[in-house]
Parts: sequence; structure tokens; C-alpha cells
Amino acid sequence: MSASVDVKTLVIDGVDVSARQDQTVLDVARENNIFIPTLCHLEGLSEVGACRLCLVEIKGSPKLFPACVLKVEEGMEVITHSERLLHYRQTILELLFAERNHVCAVCVANGNCELQTIAQSQRLTHVRLPYRNPKLPVDLSHERFAADHNRCILCTRCVRVCAEIEGAHVWDVMGRGIDSMVITDLNDPWGSSSCTRCGKCVQVCPTGALFDKSKVGVSHPKSPEFLPYLNLMREEQ
Amino acid sequence: MSRTIVIDPVTRLEGHAKITLKTNGAGGVEEAYFHVTQVRGFEKFCEGRPFYEMPSLMARICGICPVSHLIASAKACEAILAVEIPPAAAKLRQLLNLAQMIQSHALSFFYLSSPDLLLGMDADKADRHIFGVVKAMPEVGRAGVQLRRFGQRIIEILAGKRIHPGWVVPGGVTEPLTVAKRDEILAMVPESCASILLALDAYKLVTDKFQEEAAVFANFPSMFLGLMPPDGGLEFTDGTLRLIDATGNIVLDGMEASSFDEEFGEAVEPFTFMKFPYYRKMGYPDGCYRVGPLARLNLVDYTGTPRADVELREFKALAEGPVLGSFYYHYARLIEIVHGIETIERILAEPDILDAHVRATAGVNRLEGSGVAEAPRGTLMHHYKVDENGQMLWANLVIATGQNNMAMNRGILQAAQHYVDGNRLTDGMLNRVEAVIRTFDPCLSCSTHAFGEMPMVVELVDPDGKHLDERRRDA
Repeated sequence: MSASVDVKTLVIDGVDVSARQDQTVLDVARENNIFIPTLCHLEGLSEVGACRLCLVEIKGSPKLFPACVLKVEEGMEVITHSERLLHYRQTILELLFAERNHVCAVCVANGNCELQTIAQSQRLTHVRLPYRNPKLPVDLSHERFAADHNRCILCTRCVRVCAEIEGAHVWDVMGRGIDSMVITDLNDPWGSSSCTRCGKCVQVCPTGALFDKSKVGVSHPKSPEFLPYLNLMREEQ
Repeated sequence: MSRTIVIDPVTRLEGHAKITLKTNGAGGVEEAYFHVTQVRGFEKFCEGRPFYEMPSLMARICGICPVSHLIASAKACEAILAVEIPPAAAKLRQLLNLAQMIQSHALSFFYLSSPDLLLGMDADKADRHIFGVVKAMPEVGRAGVQLRRFGQRIIEILAGKRIHPGWVVPGGVTEPLTVAKRDEILAMVPESCASILLALDAYKLVTDKFQEEAAVFANFPSMFLGLMPPDGGLEFTDGTLRLIDATGNIVLDGMEASSFDEEFGEAVEPFTFMKFPYYRKMGYPDGCYRVGPLARLNLVDYTGTPRADVELREFKALAEGPVLGSFYYHYARLIEIVHGIETIERILAEPDILDAHVRATAGVNRLEGSGVAEAPRGTLMHHYKVDENGQMLWANLVIATGQNNMAMNRGILQAAQHYVDGNRLTDGMLNRVEAVIRTFDPCLSCSTHAFGEMPMVVELVDPDGKHLDERRRDA
């Protein structure tokens, strides 16, 4: 006899849904085709709850909760879209755009960028904050790939995929707060780092921060959907 | 009493400008200045970017001739890669460049200059615009719109979008041509041929009325520069540079893009943001030369396509040796459109145009590279220096319009001295001074790598610098 699965029932945006007890609100919402924007979340990687775009309201609580790390509870009433949430999400996106140099028109990821797509979905038309226009490096030392820190939003997907899936842990984060930067090894040039050249970090990067040099000028959507399959196959082994 | 006349803004141009005319006590014009009033800084902010981003980045300089920048930039990048692009890619780029030349020339002739030519320099300024032309001569107006659509649609078919397309990359282009796309372009050719022949007829009907203007619209000896293919004929994309003098003698031939900086310098004047390129051996300002349609037709003995060659013979009959009057830029532009349409048809009929191999790949093999192409307004040069990873260290762009800067300044002085009476300003007088500039079809936003609306002013100043009068037109 198989172990019984503890099923929870909850309401998301007025829709009654059921979920396994180990699921997050984000998982359940996606299973039920309810859209919640995310940037740092990626199926197949551990959650960090960093970008805060998936914040949702829970009836009975004045706080906002990140749906990617919020476990379902019996009777929970979740609101994924409201004026308040839209305002927060737009503000988060404005902060991201103002923080570094996101110039869509000449970016390699133009048209295939998650930041751009989410900004459009959240009806972002202007950035009200002054742009910081920081002078940031572009690392072209790798034979195949390039890292443009102007476009990085510090989602750390590259760090997690390299450590958790590839097992190389070449990428990490240095510095604190607004000075944080993703780095390879101990801030060595990518080309002379211990990189295994697998390219997973490029595929999971949501923006034009990590890209394949040979694809410049060609519209090339990234393909991070290999991660759940890779995990599944490894579990079966 | 001497005066300063300011024309601000100069209208029907691409970019911002103003003109200042200084008169003497008798009302005659003694000095003329063409000021380009903005700056953008592309050469600076590209530093630190990957060099292979340059074509799409530099194309943002201009919404009218992005293709020229794409091509000159990609050629400079290919000098860094040290590769030769596949033949099909070279032909596809030629197609794209011709399409842009056609739409840009159509914009210049029909939208910007035909109001002066077809309605008259003294026509009421309330009607002296493209809508006035459409009202007075609907078929000519339609032909202009059709030719512009023809060029823009080809750019869209080949490169994805009409303004700031991608597709052209270091090493070639990103996608080969398909049969369906080829056939769609070919289907538009007959109507475009009819449109340009209509425009040529309209031009020839009125050209005799402009003999006085033709004599004083930047009509003086100068050198001429342009691209020449190895086998002669008119060329916009590949080949080497040739410089001829005012009598047609070859001054420089077979010049590669890489020696552009050695042969040509750029002078700076305090009254404008646009630089003054000159031929170094003759120094500044004696090394004045012109580029663009007039220069290209002065350089060649034949265009290489039948209908355009008939027109070229008529063009050559205007003068013994090079045609020196800038008024004939208009005619040269129409001839180039004829040549462009005929060449597009010829290239599309070649069997290897559908070849799937359209991109060469390589890494950084040289730390410096230059590329030239003929933009609609003339020779365009991009020169880059990179580090061993391909990161941009330095860039220099020499833009077609800039190379006509000396000629434009001399041209407005010549026309203003003939037409402008400082004691009595009329709209027609000042419009003729503006029309001199329009013959060159300058793209000022390119030439200063600048942006903004496009106003122009004529200002009248006395010898002490005191502002006396101005005519201003808002964008």
C-alpha cells in the first residue's frame, strides 16, 4: 500500500485548488495556470526568494509572502493580483532597471529577456527613479561565452545551476548590497577560471548578462527547461 | 548697416541646423556658416562593449540609414576577425544597401526637395511640402511613397524590420534568403521602375527653370570620393576608394579602408559640432572634397545597368569632366535609384543568392579594423581598436555628411551672395539658401552622431557680432 498523500485545499484568486502538502503556492498556482511573475525562481533549482516579484497576499495577514517559498496550508486564501501587488512589483522592476544599465535596444537578449517580458506583463511604462548608470565590466575572456554585468540582476540562477546541477560551483557572489557582483572562482576572469564550459549558466540567465558569443545578432531564446528533466533522470539513476 | 541673418531651424533636413549669414554695409553677404547644433558621443560610449555588438549599436546612430552603419561596422569587425564573408552574404548585403539607398533617396527627392523643385522655390511656404506636391501632382507623390515603401519593404523582408534591422553581423548575415522572399521582392520591381521613370520625367520638365540656382548652388571645383569595385561600375557596398580632382584626374586609387585615417584628416571649427574632413596632402581647407550621389557618378564611366547608363550619359553631358554643380545631386540621386532597382533585379536572378552558407565565424585575429561602405549620402567609414578579448578600446567614425561639410559651407556662401540682400529679406531668398543644403541631403544626426528634432535658423549679424535679424522655423 502506498503512503497516503496529505492533500491540502486552498483558494487562489477565488479558485478552489488542491495541493500536496510539500508544494509551494507558486507550484500550485502554475499547475492551475495562474500566472505569478518570477525572476530568481527556476524549476529544477533551489529557491532563494530573492527577487520578491512573486509576493502574494494571504487573507487575514497584513504581510506579503513570496509564493516561491510559501508552503500551502489548509484553508489558505491567496490573492496573486491586486493594485497593491502591482505597485510593489512595478517598483521592484523599476529598481532593477535603475540599478544597472539595461539598454534593451542594443542588448543581445532583446526579445528573449525575462526581465523585459515581465516588465511588459506588469505594464511598466516608465522608471520613476533616477538611473544609477554604473560603470560595470564586461568579461569577454571566455572562448565561447561572455558576462555583461551591466545586464545582471543578481538572481543567482547561474550560481545555483553551477553548484547544484553541474557541481562545479564556479559562479558565486562577492560584495554586499548594491556592490554585489557575480564572479567566477575568486573573481578571476571567466576564461581562466575552472569553468567546465557546459553553458548551463548561459541557458538559465534570464537577461543578456550571460550569453553565447556566437549567437550575437541572432534571436536566440534561452532553454532552461532542461533542468527538471536532468534532475528527474539523475533521481532515477 | 551690416546685419546677421539667422535661418533657424533649417527645415526639410534630417537633423538640427542653423545658418548664419553676415552682411556688409551694402547688404551683401560676406560670410556664411552652417551650424550643426547637437552631439551624441557614440564613439565614446561604445568603449568597453564587445566589438561584435557594434553593428547593431552603431546602426542606432540613424533611423534613415541604419543599414549603411550596419554594413560599414560589420566590415570593420570583419577586418578584426580577418575573414572574408561568403559570396551569398556579400550579395545579400548589397541588396539590403541598395534597398536603403532607394528609400533614402526617395525620401530626399520626393519628401524633402520636390516641394522646391516641383512647386517652386518661391511657392507659398504653407504649401511647400510633400502634401503640397501630392495635391498638385498626385501621381508623383504616389511614386515617391511607392519607392520609399519598396526600399523599406525589402529591408523588412531581408532583415526583419524597417528601422534598425539586425541580420547583418560580423562575418556575414544571420539567415539566408528564401524563394518566397526573393519572389516577393521581384514582384515589386515593375511598379518601382514605373515610379522612378515618372519622377525622372517630372524632374526633367522643371530642371530648365533652375539654371540660375544650378549655377550658384555649391557649384565650384572640388575633389570627389567614392567606392569603386575592381571591374568598374557603380558600387555601394564593396570595393576600394577612389579620389578624383575637379577635372576628373585620379588623385588616389585602390585605397583600402585601413588607410583612410592616413589620407584624410578631420578639422574642427568652433561654430559647429560637425567636423570637417579633408584630404591630408592638400591640407585644410584646400583638401575639400565631396561625397555622395554626385561624387559617385563623377567617378564612374558606366553604372553597369542599361537604363541607368542611358541616364548617366545625359548626366555626363552636363559638363566636360566632373559635374561640379551640387544642384545635380538631385538628378544623380534619381539615376542611382534607377541603378538600384535594376541591380536588385539582377542580383536576385543569380542562382547562388539562395545559398545557405551566409556567415563566416572567427575570433579576434587583429586588434584594429576599418570598414567603408557607400551610405546614401556618401562614403561612410568605421574604424575600431579592440583588446585581445574583443573589447572595444576606441572608435572613430567618418560620416558621409561630414565629408560634405566644407562644400556645404562654401555652397551656402555662394548662394547667399547671389540671392540674399541683407537690406530686404524674403522667404524665397532664404529658402534658396536652405535648398543648397538640401541638395546634399545631409543627415546631421549621423554626422554629429547626434539626436533630436530638426530645426534650422538663418541669422543676420553685423561685423561686431551684433544680432540684427533672424528667420526661424520650428520643427
